[in-house]
Amino acid sequence: MHLIQSTVGRKILMAVTGLLLVGFVTIHLLGNLSVFAGPDGINAYAVKLHSLGALVWVFRAAILALFVVHITFGVMLSMENSTATPSNYAIKSRMKTTFSSESMLYTGLILLAFLIYHLLHFTVQITNPEISAGTLPLDAAMRPDVFSMMVLSFQKVFISLVYIVGMIALFLHLSHGLSSFVQTFGLNNGPSLEKVTLGGKLVAVGFLLAYVAIPVLILARFVNI
Amino acid sequence: MDLTLHVWRQSGPKDKGKLETYPAKGISPDMSFLEMLDEVNEELIKTGKSPIVFDHDCREGICGMCSQTINGKAHGGQDRTTVCQLHMRSFKDGDEIFIEPWRARAFPVIKDLIVDRTALDTIMQAGGYTSCHTGGVPDGNAHPIGKPVADYAMDAAECIGCGACVAGCPNSSAMLFTSAKVAQLAVLPQGKHEAMARVMNMTDTMQAAGFGNCTNHLECEASCPKGVSVKFIAKLNREYMKALVS
Ligand code: HEM
Ligand code: SF4
Ligand code: FES
Repeated sequence: MHLIQSTVGRKILMAVTGLLLVGFVTIHLLGNLSVFAGPDGINAYAVKLHSLGALVWVFRAAILALFVVHITFGVMLSMENSTATPSNYAIKSRMKTTFSSESMLYTGLILLAFLIYHLLHFTVQITNPEISAGTLPLDAAMRPDVFSMMVLSFQKVFISLVYIVGMIALFLHLSHGLSSFVQTFGLNNGPSLEKVTLGGKLVAVGFLLAYVAIPVLILARFVNI
Repeated sequence: MDLTLHVWRQSGPKDKGKLETYPAKGISPDMSFLEMLDEVNEELIKTGKSPIVFDHDCREGICGMCSQTINGKAHGGQDRTTVCQLHMRSFKDGDEIFIEPWRARAFPVIKDLIVDRTALDTIMQAGGYTSCHTGGVPDGNAHPIGKPVADYAMDAAECIGCGACVAGCPNSSAMLFTSAKVAQLAVLPQGKHEAMARVMNMTDTMQAAGFGNCTNHLECEASCPKGVSVKFIAKLNREYMKALVS
């Protein structure tokens, strides 16, 4: 198939999967922010999510597929690009290239590492079993106590730092990624690109602030059990 | 003005090459960058050294032959300026200047600052033309083309094929070069018929020639001495998607 071999086709696949992952990251954020509504927020949300039953697994499989496609082509394209650029300039000055655009592979790989930790921490619950929802007593409404798990976790500086670093990687990745996919989809008439680039960076800042608010406000004891 | 040059010297494709340092003394600010190199070469020849080999032809910014990365920027990085049109007044007395060839796997160094840009011709051969019957000169108004379309095509046709976009690109992608031709021909009645095959063949050929993949760093646009816009890459992407679904 031309799409998965072509230089443009694979870029489009990166953009489509990247955009869908942004959709996931958005929904996930909205769900997580319910932690600020206390146990009745996030614990109820968690119960609702798990009541979807088989649908949860359909969702997980879809997200896994998105990641596999995105990462496979991301690594493949990056490797090809470094072979295409063998000998480096003694002096190279960048006029338009940004730190975030040049570090896409690395911020992506940090995200992947973060993701694995995140799943082990909150989904499989094996990194800190003593404060996982699986071992904590049920909450007042007899629901698994996700709220306490989050609060007790983020009270630990190490865990909070891991999440903050992960979210900085997401911020850098999206600072380039959001305007990049607009260009990849061909939605640039010249003058619009500058605004799109700025808009992409602002949305990336928005994601950073909203996500990081969770560990930071818990660490600052702003949210407590 | 007196300058110190650090110039890439490489005796041939197999040689490893290295930077050599030369003084450039008594340079007039009104000289072009290439005239300055001519002066330095005169001195090198007088002292029995081999002159610095570099590409050039028109020296008026239209042929696309001159190709030097100056202080890490293709063509020196001045807005819409080729090396031949870069003047020494944009440097200061006492400056150190690094001069290197275009660097990309698809552009092997032939000697010193000259690289082989045949790969760009290969991309052109894959679709940078329209197949039409030759014969008598067609009537001037046989194909009415609106002013905005004509302007758009002309902006894309400004590309002089110098390869600065590749030299500047962190991925050594020739996407700006390729897209300029794809976009130019896709909007014109003469080029529309073959638009789909063209975008496929030209991008596949670019890839096969060893250029990298575009990741929208936009460094090409900043490096381009003709101000070719990355909006043409967006157009290429649209043309590709059209070709894919049809
Ligand atoms: C939450 C997870 C992620 C999201 C939301 C995301 C989103 C995006 C977006 C929107 C793009 C721009 C696509 C384009 O250029 O048009 C992109 C590009 C990229 N992503 Fe991700 N990504 C994620 C995870 C990852 C991971 C885990 C990797 C691991 C290698 C990765 C590697 C890359 C690379 C190398 C690019 C560069 C492609 C380019 O610049 O054109 N991403 N990503
Ligand atoms: S697009 Fe610009 S930089 Fe690239 S080859 Fe054409 S004129 Fe040179
Ligand atoms: S020598 Fe012709 S463009 Fe510079």
